[in-house]
Amino acid sequence: MLHYFEILFTSLFMENMVLSFFLGMCTFLAISKQINAAAGLGCAVLLIQVITVPINNLIYHHLLKPDALSWAGFPGLDLTFLGLLIYIGVIAAVVQILEMVLDRFLPALYNTLGIFLPLLTVNCAILGGTLFMVEREYTFGESVFYGIGSGGGFLLAVVALAGIREKLEYADPPAGLQGLGLTFITAGLMALAFMGLAGISF
Amino acid sequence: MPETKKELLLNPFFQRNPIALLVLGICSALAVTGNMATALVMSVCLSLVVAFSSLIISLIRHQIPNTVRIGIQITVIATLVILVDQILKAFFYDLAKQLSVYVGLIITNCIVMGRAEGFAMSHTPGKSFIDGLGNGMGYGFILMSVSFFRELLGSGTVFGHEVLPLVTDGGWYQSNGLMLLPAGAFFLIALVIWALRTVYPGQQERD
Repeated sequence: MLHYFEILFTSLFMENMVLSFFLGMCTFLAISKQINAAAGLGCAVLLIQVITVPINNLIYHHLLKPDALSWAGFPGLDLTFLGLLIYIGVIAAVVQILEMVLDRFLPALYNTLGIFLPLLTVNCAILGGTLFMVEREYTFGESVFYGIGSGGGFLLAVVALAGIREKLEYADPPAGLQGLGLTFITAGLMALAFMGLAGISF
Repeated sequence: MPETKKELLLNPFFQRNPIALLVLGICSALAVTGNMATALVMSVCLSLVVAFSSLIISLIRHQIPNTVRIGIQITVIATLVILVDQILKAFFYDLAKQLSVYVGLIITNCIVMGRAEGFAMSHTPGKSFIDGLGNGMGYGFILMSVSFFRELLGSGTVFGHEVLPLVTDGGWYQSNGLMLLPAGAFFLIALVIWALRTVYPGQQERD
């Protein structure tokens, strides 16, 4: 159990998707002007991450990795080179299905998350989560916790940045630094703060 | 105003740099800049993928049905990225290991999609190819300048060759560990953007 907690905690803070791997930066910067929108986007990322990472984990272990297809009579077959194409397909499909399900059964949630969902197909944090899962050879259980941790880490970072940016409205920076430049410096300071948790050991 | 081919190639460097002005493709821009070798490889990979995906998509642009164009673009891009990834793994295994997941993430790099959707769908193949190449190199320009400072100040080397002898090796330069941390990349890219926007005031954001 402690092992799962460690994966969760590490991916939430020390190996935060945005602040230490720079994944999902585009959306992170674009949708962090207001806290409400940022929270909506963060929740959408968390939801999709929790679904796609375990699904891709199953696909990797039972279809793609070397010898995985021996149950179907193809021992020695290695399909890992198809991975990228299949993972992105799965992500696009999950996003599409999720959108339809939410629209049908949870219209309130759909209205909050709706505009962000299609954007997330091409969000590197989502594909990155899957690729890290494959690279680190997580088991199914580990991948569930990794999905929660990495999605939650994005939610945490984007809401925190939006909070800071709302306050920065009152600041008066040099003209060239206005907007994007200042946001980067803020994100850098946040990255430093998150690094501070790295000393914790289990 | 139609741009000449030379302008298509050179404008993305300063005047409309995909990273600094359009805020596209930041994701990988920061992650691989810890040393110059990986940054260079990443720039070359991305330039090739953007250029050839623009070329291919522009060639088949009259055949692509409008409703499924995003899916087709992603498939073309993903195929090219798999090619690049396999070539790297076959011939430059150490570099491929260092770049880890970031080569795969070229698929979701907004620059590639952005050029395919915004330029290649409406221009001739030759122009699209040059535009893709220019944008890839504009991206590479930012990557190389950020990684130059990160590697020089962080570990005192340029492309792995010692330039500033470190205190730990009996030299005089006390290395700045902050530069190698993710936070260093954030600060440096902010400075690059600041510099570009001071030179080209038209790029500044107003309230």
